[in-house]
Amino acid sequence: MSGAYDIIVLGGDPNGLAASARLARAGRRVLVLERRDALGGATTSEELFPGFHFNTGWPDAGLLDAALVNKLDLASHGLDFSDIPVAAYALDSGITLWRDVLRTASELHEHSIPDAQAFVGYAQEAAQYAAILQRMARLEPPGLAHRPLRLLARWAGVALAARRLGPRGLMDFLRVLPMSAQHYLERHFQSEALKGVLAAASVSELMQGPRAAGTSFKLVYGQLAGDSGGYRSAQRVKGGLAALNRALASAAKGAGGDIRTGAQVQRILIENYRVAGVELAGGERIAARAILSTTSPEQTLLDWAGGPQLQPRDVRRLRNIKYQGSTATVHLALSGLPAFEAREEQLSGDIVLCPSPDYAERAYDAAKYGQLSAEPILIARIPSLLDSSLAPTGQHAMSVTVRYAPYQLRDGDWDQKRETLGDLVVKTLERYAPGLGQLVLHRKVITPLDYERDYGLPEGSFTHGQMGLDQLLTMRPIAGFAGYRAPIDGLYLGGDGAHPGGGVSGLPGYNAAGQLLREVR
Amino acid sequence: MPIPTAFHSRAAALCQTQEWRDWSGYLSAISYQPSHEFEYYAVRNAAGLIDVSPLYKYEISGPDASRLVDRIITRDVSQCAVGQVLYTPWCDENGKVIDDGTVTRLEAQRFRITAADPSLRWFQDSGFGLDTEVRDVSRELAALAIQGPSSRAVLQACLKEIDLDRLPYYHAAEAKLGEIPLTVTRTGYTGDLGYELWIAAEHAEMVWDRLMEAGAGYGLQPVGLAALDMLRVEAGLLLIDVDYSSVRSAHIESQTSSPYELGLGWAVDLEGADFVGKRALLGEKERGAPRSFVGLRVPWADLERLFGAMDLPPQVAGRASRSALPLYVGRRHVGQATSMLFSPILKEYIALATVDSRYARRGQTLEIEITVEYKRQRANATVSKLPFYNPPWKKAVVGG
Repeated sequence: MSGAYDIIVLGGDPNGLAASARLARAGRRVLVLERRDALGGATTSEELFPGFHFNTGWPDAGLLDAALVNKLDLASHGLDFSDIPVAAYALDSGITLWRDVLRTASELHEHSIPDAQAFVGYAQEAAQYAAILQRMARLEPPGLAHRPLRLLARWAGVALAARRLGPRGLMDFLRVLPMSAQHYLERHFQSEALKGVLAAASVSELMQGPRAAGTSFKLVYGQLAGDSGGYRSAQRVKGGLAALNRALASAAKGAGGDIRTGAQVQRILIENYRVAGVELAGGERIAARAILSTTSPEQTLLDWAGGPQLQPRDVRRLRNIKYQGSTATVHLALSGLPAFEAREEQLSGDIVLCPSPDYAERAYDAAKYGQLSAEPILIARIPSLLDSSLAPTGQHAMSVTVRYAPYQLRDGDWDQKRETLGDLVVKTLERYAPGLGQLVLHRKVITPLDYERDYGLPEGSFTHGQMGLDQLLTMRPIAGFAGYRAPIDGLYLGGDGAHPGGGVSGLPGYNAAGQLLREVR
Repeated sequence: MPIPTAFHSRAAALCQTQEWRDWSGYLSAISYQPSHEFEYYAVRNAAGLIDVSPLYKYEISGPDASRLVDRIITRDVSQCAVGQVLYTPWCDENGKVIDDGTVTRLEAQRFRITAADPSLRWFQDSGFGLDTEVRDVSRELAALAIQGPSSRAVLQACLKEIDLDRLPYYHAAEAKLGEIPLTVTRTGYTGDLGYELWIAAEHAEMVWDRLMEAGAGYGLQPVGLAALDMLRVEAGLLLIDVDYSSVRSAHIESQTSSPYELGLGWAVDLEGADFVGKRALLGEKERGAPRSFVGLRVPWADLERLFGAMDLPPQVAGRASRSALPLYVGRRHVGQATSMLFSPILKEYIALATVDSRYARRGQTLEIEITVEYKRQRANATVSKLPFYNPPWKKAVVGG
């Protein structure tokens, strides 16, 4: 075997890079292996067409954890964010949700006076809940049987924070999380248009409609990193998401970590029930005492470790993880700014087409039966508005997230339906931006199947497994795997399939690295 | 509602008692005759025919079949030749027994496994990543046991093409009964000479008829579950849900058992390939199993004394009892007897028991709880060797 590493990190995405930076800073000899030639996996920006850079998977570093950014000192490694004043702009109604909730409330008077009055209260409540979830996200979830004192003490802090909501507030918090987003939003608002925009946020990356239980958890979870304007935390990295990977990689390398791209793992080597290293596609073997994988539990365990190394019970549970990707993205290189009826400033955040919660639910209805929504939820972003490095002068790079594009199609497959989807998106947006079709210089459609094949997302699931109530916390990725430990000694799962889940927080990897440091000496 | 087995038309016609039990969802005769003892003695002295079709049966085949079977069972498949049968438990990842059954190696890469409980999912999950096919053949395959000292003669009269004298204990052969193909294995659940036949369900009745015909002069009788239960206690053979709980149905840790605790340490091969539970069993082997599976003999004089004090003759169940009784050494509870029987052939009150390993030495005297006129009493019980009944013809090969 070649090389001499303490730990191999499988996956050069922000989770893997954050993990390797943490491990390297603790003095461990770390090697990151990334299958693709570029870092980031589905969290990256690519120059799809000359001069046009797109965040090809995740649209931004929405939930990137501020504490992690500070601890790894990513600013000194070149990480910088664009300031986006707008959280969301609703295409149908023109409602604008600003990061400044007072401004939102004030503008909402035009649409609905009661909603204008309710908005700040809602946003504050959501922010309080999100702050509690954020504390939880930074901790490893307690095991079902194994609950070390150290962990209980830290979780007691979360309980205390929740207690500070007061008896009434605590009750509401516990009630709200498992609730459907539609129900939650109806408690606060009257305007369908306003509820529609927020409903769109509540189902991001989910194969569920806003009437499904637990979607209000997702609405709150999406605001984990704060500054959400009541809608969604969105941190847009200057230069595109590739710049985030560069900063993280620089932090890891700066601490002595090694990174190899274009390294396809063939299998995880296991000797005597313990990881011994990895074997690459070319046959090269690299020894290590521990492995931290940020790819999906499925790929890590079922493909790389292999069925015969796993317990039958775990095989069953791993195969039962619900992935169910339903996100497609249409990337458009535009010769000019689309003619939306809005000021340029309003278009700097998410441009949302979801006129009502019912619209979202109907869009889901189609997906439930394996069809592409005829009237999909669309969220368009034009990062080039605030970051001129992303497109040639005067031109723009726009990415449109489409929900729902179910991985499992009832008729045909995504290789056939890819351009149908592209056409549908352009046609739908043309209703709000006449002449959009003529502006399109190039178009690239990335379907759930492409996300699986090219970006390693199982069934195209951005979050490496649905973030439903049954697949959270101690039950993520499956009950019994809490604490980031896979059921093979020395193997840790630190991808989005682990707690706290997806959203480019970097926390699954960072937390898993902490766990590994405590356990592997 | 339990459903009929492939032999039901024949069993129903002979079942005078109409006493049936649900065995894995099938109608199973408890006894055919008003006294099940005739059936018991048929097996011990002549031959009995037992419908064991309700067993779950699985076939594992494909290029990795032997790897999969090796992974499932605690024994080493590389030591099992084609045509050989293994009795084996299989365990979960903690080395706790899930079930036990027989594995017949039909071809190099084709096996048939019997199980007491549904196991398809477990076998399939165990085989994830291996190139195998696991098929549930429970319904398509009928199974008939012919057991007892005369069983060879009866069966040989029906199977002309093979020489049963040359079929050793725990081996299998393909045979033909007239035109009907079947597998014959020298296995059984009675501790006697005996065979089990594995037949396509559509031929089941014809096979039954031919055997009954051939067995007429040998005293062959259909045998129900009541007699079978007695026979297997004498043979020291475990019964799931009675002598042990599958880890699947156990509610607490103490209800689970390792193979070592069930007296099946001989069936655990820690030298061969990795199997599910091996890691845990390596540890247990080193530490020693906390409990042991033993036979107990209760002296008749003790029973006479206890019952005599109430002016009663000893009352012992005519059938095997499945109500567990606690065992003591002084004031310490040291285990439980799980199957009890007054053995007609040994003329002794015997029991299968799980006891604290510290008290499992042969000859150790324990006390067993006996209820006499609603009062709990204690009788002595001596740890003794299993099986209780082990006739030389069980394993003998004629001329071998």
